[in-house]
Amino acid sequence: MGLLSDPNRRRALINLLTRLNAPICGMPVEWLVKTMQARGLEVYTQRFSRTLPFPDENKERYMVKGTNVYGILRAPRAPRTEALVLSAPCTPGDNNNQAVGLLLGLAQYFRNQIYWAKDIIFLVNDHDLIGMQAWLEGYHHTNTTGMDWSPLQGRGGSIQAALSLELSSDVVTSMDLVLEGLNGQLPNLDLANLFYAFCQKIGVLCTIQGKLQRNDWDSVSGYSHAVQTMMLMVMKQASGRPWGDHGLFLRYHIEAATIKGINSFRQYKTDATTIGRLLEGMYRKLNNLLERLHQSYFFYLMPSLSHFVSIGYYMPAFGLLAVILLLRALDLWVQLATPPPTTEDGIADIEQSSPGVLSVLTPLVISHLTGAALYMLPIRFQEMAVEHFPVSETEAVVLTAIAVYTAGLALPHNTHRLLSGEGTEQGWRVLKLVALLYLAVLLGCTALINFSLGFILALTLVPAAAFVTPHVPKVLSAFVLVILSPACTLLFSVFFFQELQEMPVSFLDGWLLYLSVISQGILDHFLYGSLVYPLIALLVYPCWLLFWNILFWK
Amino acid sequence: MSGLPGFLIDDRLHFPSCPSQGGQRFLVEMAAPLTLLLVLAVTIRAALFRSSLAELIAERVEVVSPITAWKRVVEGLALLDLGVSPYSGDVFHETPLIIYLFHFVVDYAEITFMLADVITAVALYMAVKDYNKQVFRKQKFALEADRYPLDCLELIRSPKEMYYIPLKVAMFYLLNPFTILSCVAKSTCGLNNAVVALFIFSTIKGNTLLSAIFLCLATYQSIYPLTLCAPAMLYLMQRQYIPVNFRRASFWWFIAQYLFMYLGSLFVLICLSFFLLGSWDYMPSVYGFILSVPDLTPNIGLFWYFFAEMFEHFRLFFLCVFQINVFFYTIPLSVKLKEHPVFLIFMQLAVISIFKSYPTVGDIALYMAFLPVWSHLYRFLRNTFLVSCVLLACSTLFPVLWHLWIYAGSANSNFYYAITLLFNVAQVGQPGRSQRRLLIESLTETPCSPLRKSQNEKSY
Repeated sequence: MGLLSDPNRRRALINLLTRLNAPICGMPVEWLVKTMQARGLEVYTQRFSRTLPFPDENKERYMVKGTNVYGILRAPRAPRTEALVLSAPCTPGDNNNQAVGLLLGLAQYFRNQIYWAKDIIFLVNDHDLIGMQAWLEGYHHTNTTGMDWSPLQGRGGSIQAALSLELSSDVVTSMDLVLEGLNGQLPNLDLANLFYAFCQKIGVLCTIQGKLQRNDWDSVSGYSHAVQTMMLMVMKQASGRPWGDHGLFLRYHIEAATIKGINSFRQYKTDATTIGRLLEGMYRKLNNLLERLHQSYFFYLMPSLSHFVSIGYYMPAFGLLAVILLLRALDLWVQLATPPPTTEDGIADIEQSSPGVLSVLTPLVISHLTGAALYMLPIRFQEMAVEHFPVSETEAVVLTAIAVYTAGLALPHNTHRLLSGEGTEQGWRVLKLVALLYLAVLLGCTALINFSLGFILALTLVPAAAFVTPHVPKVLSAFVLVILSPACTLLFSVFFFQELQEMPVSFLDGWLLYLSVISQGILDHFLYGSLVYPLIALLVYPCWLLFWNILFWK
Repeated sequence: MSGLPGFLIDDRLHFPSCPSQGGQRFLVEMAAPLTLLLVLAVTIRAALFRSSLAELIAERVEVVSPITAWKRVVEGLALLDLGVSPYSGDVFHETPLIIYLFHFVVDYAEITFMLADVITAVALYMAVKDYNKQVFRKQKFALEADRYPLDCLELIRSPKEMYYIPLKVAMFYLLNPFTILSCVAKSTCGLNNAVVALFIFSTIKGNTLLSAIFLCLATYQSIYPLTLCAPAMLYLMQRQYIPVNFRRASFWWFIAQYLFMYLGSLFVLICLSFFLLGSWDYMPSVYGFILSVPDLTPNIGLFWYFFAEMFEHFRLFFLCVFQINVFFYTIPLSVKLKEHPVFLIFMQLAVISIFKSYPTVGDIALYMAFLPVWSHLYRFLRNTFLVSCVLLACSTLFPVLWHLWIYAGSANSNFYYAITLLFNVAQVGQPGRSQRRLLIESLTETPCSPLRKSQNEKSY
């Protein structure tokens, strides 16, 4: 029982897959519409277009126009209040050429079953994440990113869960589960557990972060393998970008995951029918849900598929780092509040030279103006940069960002001339107190929304914030402070990430990768609303600049 | 007398207490920074009105409540234009005077709200300036009568400190992020604050009739300023040298006069509202809504969570308990703080903004503006740091936990209410400790007090 126990259906699926094996140039919209209609689905299309703020060199696109095609399988006897989504991104080339075929085969099989209680939407999105964003915005009637899309003609109910397929070959050795979504949001752990349990039942190898889990937990190598897997998840979550098409569903409170088929050098290979059975089983389980998945954790880190670290374990670690900042701030408060030694008359000097609000306000305002410049200038001045320098637009944006960042380092020498309370002992203490509290609150809020990003920033910024005073040796401290700044943290993270994936890069390749990461970060913000770039530019960088200011106070 | 501070050694006071040439120069000197401050505040608000943040802020539950939201005012105006009573449909909960005010100025709404903030700031500025003069005069007389022991001279305020306090008060109000957010969201809380500020100004100036009229307007807008009657009466009696003694006829006569003016104006306003709209619809929609709390949208107050999970059977009981809680503190506080009526006004405003049924950050901004007036006490307070950190952290955590609850679905109402509770506890802590210090300070003024020396020694 189950999918493809019927030999006719099996042959039909294999025919379909072989036909789609040829590379697709652009999206075959009419063919998809006809095929889905032939399978008895209600088919609709949606057009969308978007001009990126600057060309995306990784995917080589700038002015994107596309069409999403989706077919709705209506539940035979249920009211149309809930829906499930199965999506496969359609990209030209070999990248994902089997997923659409599998999707269509499943659609044909699902159509003949009577047990569906929710509508199933089979979505083929164009231009992967951009198309998915357009479809989701159209479905939920929101428009947060300024994309231009045609309204959806057909709709299911509220979407309960979604799975996205990425399949590049018709035989796979393992299925990889991708959970990290936009802004580090994760689906409910129940979804991951469901997939893993079902894979084990069927006998398909399941991996996470591309790594297979090991059984020897006690040995050092087993433990370090688990740590590596977890660190990969931390890095991916901290980047704030969706690592699969499912990443955009999470924002609408829809539990979603991406399933990738990996074909590596293993003896035992699984064919497409087993994957089909796997997906059929997943959808039958999701069909039985009475309410949205909410019982398990939303905040977790996975060293392997059968183990997880919940928020109750990892938040105290972050809390201890934040306490360092608060203790330092308390120490400064006590130093500031201690009254100065009394004069000979026995009267305390009432008119103390308090630094006044102005000497603290000036570095704050100037740092935030620099942060605002870092946020706005790269995009605004890319045309001007392209005219004057022989670079492409993407390079112009990234290099302007780096230039503004480095120019900010020259600030202490300028703000001092504007300060009235320059050089006073009280002045830098007050500024450091404000900066420490600002950093503590900022890191706390970041950790609540995207724990990995908050933790990585805390690891690098808290030591810098704690030790910086005008009295430490200048050159060494300046060097350490620059190493611990957000930009260098990102650079080291890029190299570390490549090491963890066992694809180490040379320095030059790493540098190019770093530049592309910056450009992707800026694009993610404008295309999907990722918060990493504005957070770093408008809040974290000015905070770091305040500490830089304190270092050069005298 | 060698232990006296320098400014009191000469016979002449260096603090211009009356409009003389020095006084006028003083006014001119202070007018320039105040004008600069007003220009800066108006610029910030105008810039924010033009940006895309204005719509975002107007939807935040911390900034607008069902009785102050601009969207509802617009809805009420639309209903009025259609000839339907604006109170039908349970959307609009403002008083008829507000709806008629906006009927005429709806095209200039942004200017109205900025003007309200400016009026509040100027009223507070002038009120605090006058109050400082009186405090200084009292202090001078007490010093000359040798009522202060020598070792508490550090509590005596110098004119230089007090010179900048009115400007600081205006700055604390205008540049407070809470006030700016409230103004940009076009929350009518700004108008309520303006009326309360005018009431405070007229009370401190000693004008009984205006004080009663503005208090009546404030009560008409939202019922809770009723509790400000007591400090107003105490202050005016103090100013007119009427002793606060139950057995004196002058005491009761003054109370009768004030209450007559107050209740008379209230009666006039209520009848005027009836004639404006031709029906008594507004009474249940405005006052019934404030008192019976039917709308349980989360906000920074304490009511919504309790009443969301309460059984219907007990609702009336708990409603009474919560509402009495706001009014209850008037009597003990008035008894304790009858020598310091302006501080009592501050405490009452704090109590109202914490315990009222639909508080917003605009209410908090009003009483926070008074903090510089008692800045001489802060040196002796413990835990200022902790309270300020908690307030700052909670203010930033409100939108984060709201996002995690409503949008990401990973938190729930308990997290948001926890932050609300923490915020309110920190707020309660702050004026409470100031009060403790003020009382200790007031004890030093009584001569030959046996506790005097020990109080001064354990000055923490």
